[in-house]
Amino acid sequence: MTGKLQKILLGSCLALGLGLTTQVNAEELRIGYIAPVTGIFAQVGKDMVDGFQLYLAEHNNKLGGMDVKFIVEDDQGKPDAGVTKARKLILQDKVNMFIGGLLASTGYALAPVSTAEKTLYISSVSSADDLTQRQLSKYPYFMRSSWTSSLPHHALGQWACENGFKKVIVIAADYAFGYETAGGFQKAFEDCGGKVIQKIWPPLNTKDFGPYIPTFKADADGIFTTMVGPMALQFPKQLRAAGIKTKILGSGVSYDEFVLPFMGDEVIGDVSALHYSAAIDTPRNQAFVKAYREKFGKVPGYYSENNYTTAMWIDEAIKKAGGKYPGPEEFIKIMASIKLDAPRGPVELDENRNPIENVYIKKVEKKKMFGYDKDELWNSVIKTYPKVSQFWTYGKDKFLAQPVYDRDFPPCKYCE
Amino acid sequence: MDKSLTKVLVVAAVLAVIAIIVPHSGSFVVLLTTRAMAFAILAMSVDLLLGFTGLSSMGQAAYFGVGAYLTAVLATKFHFGLGWDFWLVVIMGMAIGAALAAFFGLFAIRAGGVYFLMITLALGQCVWGLAYRWNSLTGGDNGINLNGRPNFGLDLSNEVTFFYLVFAFFVVSMALMYLLVRSPFGQSLAGIRERELRMQILGYNTWLHKYIAFIIAGGFGGLAGVLWAHTNGHVSPETVVLTTSVDSLLMVVLGGAGTLVGATLGTAIVFGLREYLSTLVPWWQYVLGGVYVLTILYLPMGLMGILIRVRQRLKSKTEEKSLKELATKPS
Repeated sequence: MTGKLQKILLGSCLALGLGLTTQVNAEELRIGYIAPVTGIFAQVGKDMVDGFQLYLAEHNNKLGGMDVKFIVEDDQGKPDAGVTKARKLILQDKVNMFIGGLLASTGYALAPVSTAEKTLYISSVSSADDLTQRQLSKYPYFMRSSWTSSLPHHALGQWACENGFKKVIVIAADYAFGYETAGGFQKAFEDCGGKVIQKIWPPLNTKDFGPYIPTFKADADGIFTTMVGPMALQFPKQLRAAGIKTKILGSGVSYDEFVLPFMGDEVIGDVSALHYSAAIDTPRNQAFVKAYREKFGKVPGYYSENNYTTAMWIDEAIKKAGGKYPGPEEFIKIMASIKLDAPRGPVELDENRNPIENVYIKKVEKKKMFGYDKDELWNSVIKTYPKVSQFWTYGKDKFLAQPVYDRDFPPCKYCE
Repeated sequence: MDKSLTKVLVVAAVLAVIAIIVPHSGSFVVLLTTRAMAFAILAMSVDLLLGFTGLSSMGQAAYFGVGAYLTAVLATKFHFGLGWDFWLVVIMGMAIGAALAAFFGLFAIRAGGVYFLMITLALGQCVWGLAYRWNSLTGGDNGINLNGRPNFGLDLSNEVTFFYLVFAFFVVSMALMYLLVRSPFGQSLAGIRERELRMQILGYNTWLHKYIAFIIAGGFGGLAGVLWAHTNGHVSPETVVLTTSVDSLLMVVLGGAGTLVGATLGTAIVFGLREYLSTLVPWWQYVLGGVYVLTILYLPMGLMGILIRVRQRLKSKTEEKSLKELATKPS
């Protein structure tokens, strides 16, 4: 009995140990992709992967002439699982680079892996500010093709101030992404002369805003919101149902095309800001939206666009490198030298390896677009801030001298 | 041969095989095994409560979490625990886990059954809340990144070296817990599990027994946390979240409560499915779910129940045989 058991265990151990070494083809570009394919963020994860794969499909699975081996790994929306999967991609699959990561916390967890394993990590969605700001020097093999959380919201603060908003209430999800988006808005808004008069932090995944809405100060002329996931659907509905007609200035993710089709008419007229809108009226974007919609049956949001653009960026870089992968440091240099014409508009890398890109102030409208025959909700662009940097107009040194946006920074000077 | 000696020998042989085979397989396998072993210490500590004392704790992640956060905070804020002082951190991790358990135990041990489960769940969530909201210490949602593993002559940044270290901790923990449950103290815990009232009538202070078991389990939870923090070099509220507690409980049930080996087996299977199978197929969750359902339907004793059944069947067969032989023998 004992002997048999030992044999079985020995056999299975051997089976596990063998057959794991991967054949690496020199002509092949091996890309690892980390996204939450299961769990509560599964749908977002799918949009991310779809965006990247659309570009691959359009280009016969080649980037810059190299055949691409695209390996998707599931991080289940957990930073820790993301790290394990990243190391699996590097150690077992011998990938040249890994891309992805949805949550800011996942980005923070993955960046050190790139340093430890000397492998390129491109953050194509995760937007944690500090990775390309105060902590950049720790991560020489890291770059971002997406955005920092505060980037579009600086612009929104400026826009709100210029368009007659004086006193604004901030209500944002209680975690780093909420702090950074709200911080960016408040900083630019107050520097231009506006006042944030109240700050409220409901916990992530709040579904009932009943306790918060009655506490809103009555003299506010605008409400800045950062709502993610189901919160984005619930908040405008409950706010309007409570009879409050104050205008909403939303974070872009609260009105991204990912949630927009599920929203009701109560959101018409709400303003938000992001570095992408599916309603950007350029031939480049129209072609992208049509191709995406044809393949996946829905309008792409920024999760998809950012990854499509990442694939495009890599394509250009490999081309420029002469059809081979030149190693992480050289590759980042090449990426930085490229000025891309993406669906979201012109994109290039700043010296801190974060994109300089357009920010679109968007208003939700019900209309027909790009020749589709039904009335749908679209994020119409009402103002474009071209070539916005993560440091807004402050300049790198001045901006980096202040701490990262947090629950208590910038302080709420006008909150009584 | 003595039955329990056979058991120990089998386990030792399997462990020896693992220690020899794993370092020679792919480096991802080394990584996974290391992680599973660190987590298995937590699962065994749950088994100590669930399987041997009859307390289903839903908050074991709390001790795991404080151990992990202690390691991360000391390493990043004070550069402590990255040399020989790693051993101090190990002791401190166990101490803080045990201390927290001693504190929580005051509230939790008074209750039994479902009430115990709910109280430990609530207390565990308190720790999660702290980790999530105490931004200045824990980094909030973003968590803490450790910069590299300790190096005290032995360079633990080498995956295989680190594997052996975790392996050693795992084996020692298992041995200690095995000795504990076989001791008179462990026997009285089993008595409490079977019928607490009877133990009380016999004059045992059952509250104290349960309290001490709870503290010991907390200490092992803290140790698992220290090791866990170094496996991925990252600690976040996900480490302390309710799912971690539930996972550890499910692993024990899956493997078979009250066996220690079962807890390890359960951990190995869950990690294998969740972190290895998930790299191969997208529908790994169905497999995991199926395994849970089938185990609970057909193997109420967990996977270790199979062994017990097989042994019983073999035994009854040999008995039948000898009976038959007896019957056919002309008398």
